[in-house]
Parts: sequence; structure tokens; C-alpha cells
Amino acid sequence: MRVQFVLSEIATGLRRNFSMVLSVILVTFVSLTFVGAAMLMQMQISSMKDYWYDRVEVAVFLCPPDSESPNCATGEVTDEQIQEIRDQLESPELAAYVDEVYFEDKETAHRLFEEQFADTSLAGTIPVEQMSQSFRVSLIDPEQYEIINEYFSTTPGVEEVVDQNRLLDQLFSIINIATVIAIGIAVLMLVCAVLLIGTTIRLSAQSRRRETGIMRLVGASNTLIQLPFVLEGVVAATIGALLAGGTLAAIVQFFIGGWLQPRVPTFTLVGLGDVVAIGVGLVVIGVLMAVISSLLTLRRYLKV
Amino acid sequence: MITFEQVTKTYDRKAKPALRDVSLKAERGEFVFLVGPSGSGKSTFIRLILREETATAGRILVAGQDVSRIPTWKVPHLRRNVGTVFQDFRLLPNKTVFDNVAFALQVIGKSRAVVKDKVPEVLATVGLQGKERRLPHELSGGEQQRVAIARAVVNRPGILLADEPTGNLDPETSLEIMALLERINRGGTTVMMATHDDEIVNAMKKRVVELSEGRVVRDEATGTYRVSSR
Repeated sequence: MRVQFVLSEIATGLRRNFSMVLSVILVTFVSLTFVGAAMLMQMQISSMKDYWYDRVEVAVFLCPPDSESPNCATGEVTDEQIQEIRDQLESPELAAYVDEVYFEDKETAHRLFEEQFADTSLAGTIPVEQMSQSFRVSLIDPEQYEIINEYFSTTPGVEEVVDQNRLLDQLFSIINIATVIAIGIAVLMLVCAVLLIGTTIRLSAQSRRRETGIMRLVGASNTLIQLPFVLEGVVAATIGALLAGGTLAAIVQFFIGGWLQPRVPTFTLVGLGDVVAIGVGLVVIGVLMAVISSLLTLRRYLKV
Repeated sequence: MITFEQVTKTYDRKAKPALRDVSLKAERGEFVFLVGPSGSGKSTFIRLILREETATAGRILVAGQDVSRIPTWKVPHLRRNVGTVFQDFRLLPNKTVFDNVAFALQVIGKSRAVVKDKVPEVLATVGLQGKERRLPHELSGGEQQRVAIARAVVNRPGILLADEPTGNLDPETSLEIMALLERINRGGTTVMMATHDDEIVNAMKKRVVELSEGRVVRDEATGTYRVSSR
């Protein structure tokens, strides 16, 4: 009886305030879409960090025949210098930072170069002799690139130390800026959503003052009086959250999966599985938002 | 059933108190008229019993419970034991007579079977059998007040409070409503009625408590309506 009663009250409230309910749905929809987008971007960053920080190394480039770097004044790196650098990389001093070291000779470098630029005009432009030899160093903590950089900055025979993670970091900082913007918009919209839910509940409570007055009079419990209003907000916010989840799923499916992924095959991009997890989170956020703002409103406008 | 012990109620510290040092006792099954001019404190009296307001000083006992000590979440249980009727009926305009009365049972969680059983019974008691499917606007004022009374007593409360229940009704209909209230009172329900209506008070010959500027100025076992000369 009571469940049925609460359900019919919710239905009445949603129908009576249709335009307000619709605006709550839309505002939660937009705000949660931005929240979800920010979450997706951060997931992308962390999955890329996990993946790439294990693979990408610091490259210690050795002097090619005609380099202008001061460390290369004596010309191309000699076999003794190579051995010396190898010993330093494997020394106990650096053992705490260095995980693995391998040497990339000119032939390997040339083969990789040709593979990477196979279909471009760069292919075949650089002869094997002009390729740089390098040590590829993977670090225990990828963030500690600076230690290797400083260690070898003045070593004769080392042309340059390049942290390949730096390239990713640039990408990450772009994504981070986009995340901050998305969160900024999301917060603004969430504030709107909270206020709007409050106003809607208030209107709803006012339009049903007679009912709630009688309910109070005959001794209905506070929970029963307030529940329909709270659930009204919850229903609207949940619909908004589901729409946001659906939109994100569509973006991931058609834009990221269908358009972006084929263009960057080396990256693993976020997929529908991630969207499902985020969608659940968005519904939880929406429901909490609705419950909190409606309870606060009811405390002021629905005296019990 | 209802006991006021030196109750004072002040709404605003600067204003004069609505009730001053009121002590009163209404026994189980009593019928009490609360009379006095507008602003004399009758409505405050009723609101205090329902715990719509809390007393500034003093103690109020309703059905043995100290009203001011009831925790907020238990206030609804107090109100289930106190039926209330108002001058403006307070019916739900889009619900039928049956549904208006059933509403009171539904919202306190009574089962469908109880509703089906109790509502026709109480509607017969107030003389509205055959009008279950009508909407409030299809009824006369007296009939609407009967619906309100049915709703107030369907849960068998020990106390029935009536705030000017005949205020919107013509004299003849008023007497019918009074006869109904008296019948409910004879069934053991304590009835407390605030009114302006001197004819009714004089005709009923019940206990009369007169309030003036927040004080009890008269309390007679079988009184008449007369506004005390000042």
C-alpha cells in the first residue's frame, strides 16, 4: 500500500512539474557528461602511463661522425668511450635507478627508422653510417629521467640524452588542461543542477501543500511525506545521468573507436568498458546530488 | 486526556504572549468548548496539543505523554491519536469522498483490507453512505464537513479537536454537525471544540472554557456562551 502510494505520488509530482523536471534532466545530463568526459580523459592518461612508462626508455645518443655538440669535439664516439659509458650505466652508483640497458647499433637504428617512416618521403634518405648509436635505458622509476640526463651531460662521446616520456608528457599536459576545463564547466553545471533540483522540489512541495498538510494532520511519518519529493529529484537526476552515460558511450564508440583509434594504432584508447564503469559513477553522483539538495530544500520548505 | 499545566506560549519576545499561565484538564470522554474572541488564544491552544508549536513554559500532557518531550520523529504517532477538523474542511479536491477518507489510512500504512473495511463503516457513521464516489465540490458544506470528520475519526483517535467546525455552515447544518460530534463523543472520544458560535454553545450545555487575551477567564461545567464584560 505504502509503496504504491509513494509511486503514485512520484508520478503525480513528475507530471505536474513536467517542464521543471525536464530542465533538471537536461542540466544533470550536461553537467554529468562533462564530469564523465573528465573522468575518461584521466583514465586515458593513467592507462597510457601504465603502458608507456614500462616501454619507453631514456635514450643516450652517442656522437655520430659530424656532431656539433661540445661533447663530440673529438669526432665520432670510439669503442673505448662506448665501453666506458656502458660501465657507468651498469655501475652500482646508477643501479638504484637503472632497470635495463641495451645497445642500439647503427644497423638496428637504421632498420627501425626505415620501419617507422616506411611510407613517407623520409624512407631511404639517411644512410646506415649516419645513424646514431645509442644506449636504451629503462628506468625503475620513469620520472627520474633527470638523474641520467645530468650524469651523462658532460661525458665525452654522449651527444644527447633524450627522455622519450617527455613527448608523452606534452600530450598528457594537453589532456590535463582539457580535463581542467571540463571539470570547471562540470562544477558550474553541477551547481546549476543542485539549485534547479532545489527549486523544482520547492515548487512541487508548494503545489502539494494541501496534501502534505493533511498527511501531517493524520500522522503520516516524515519519511513518507518527504520520500516522494526526494525520489522525484532522484528519478530526474538518474535519467540525466543515464543520458550522460549514453552520450559518452556514443562518443567513445563512434568518435574514439571509429575515427580516432584507427589513426593512432599504437595507443590503446578508452573503450566502452570504461564508459560502463564511469556511467555507474555518474548515476551515483546524480542520485547523491538529488538526495542532498532535495533534503536541504525540504527542511526549509516542508515543515514537519 | 488533555492536561495543561501553567502553559505559556510566546511567539515573539516583544509581543504579548498568546497563552499565559493556562492550566486546564479535560478528562477522557469529556466534551469541552473553547470560546473567546479572535486572538484570545484558542488556535494556539489547539496547535500546542498537536505539537505544531511547543510551549514556551509549562507542561502539556496528551493521552499521558508529555508533548514537549516527544522526539520529532515520533510526533506523527501523537497526531494519529488526535483527530482534527477545521473550518475550511481541508479535503483533497481531486479525490472522491471514499479516497479522501482512505487517504488518512493509506498514509499511515494501513493495508488495503483495512481501508476497504473501515472507510464504508465510518462514512455510514457520519451519514454519507451512497456518496462514496462523489467529489468534494459536488457536496454541500455540511456534507464536506462530515467527510472531514469521517477522516478525523476513521483511525479511532482518543481525542477529536475541532477548530471552528461550524464556522462556514448555516445554523441548521451546524446543529447537524454538532449532533454528529456529540455522537462521536458518546462513543468515548474526548472532543475539544473552539468556536464563536454562541447558539451552539448554549444549546449543547457542555463544559465551557473561555479564553481572553491568553488567560482562562471562565471554566464552567455546563456553561453558556457569553463574552465576559471587560
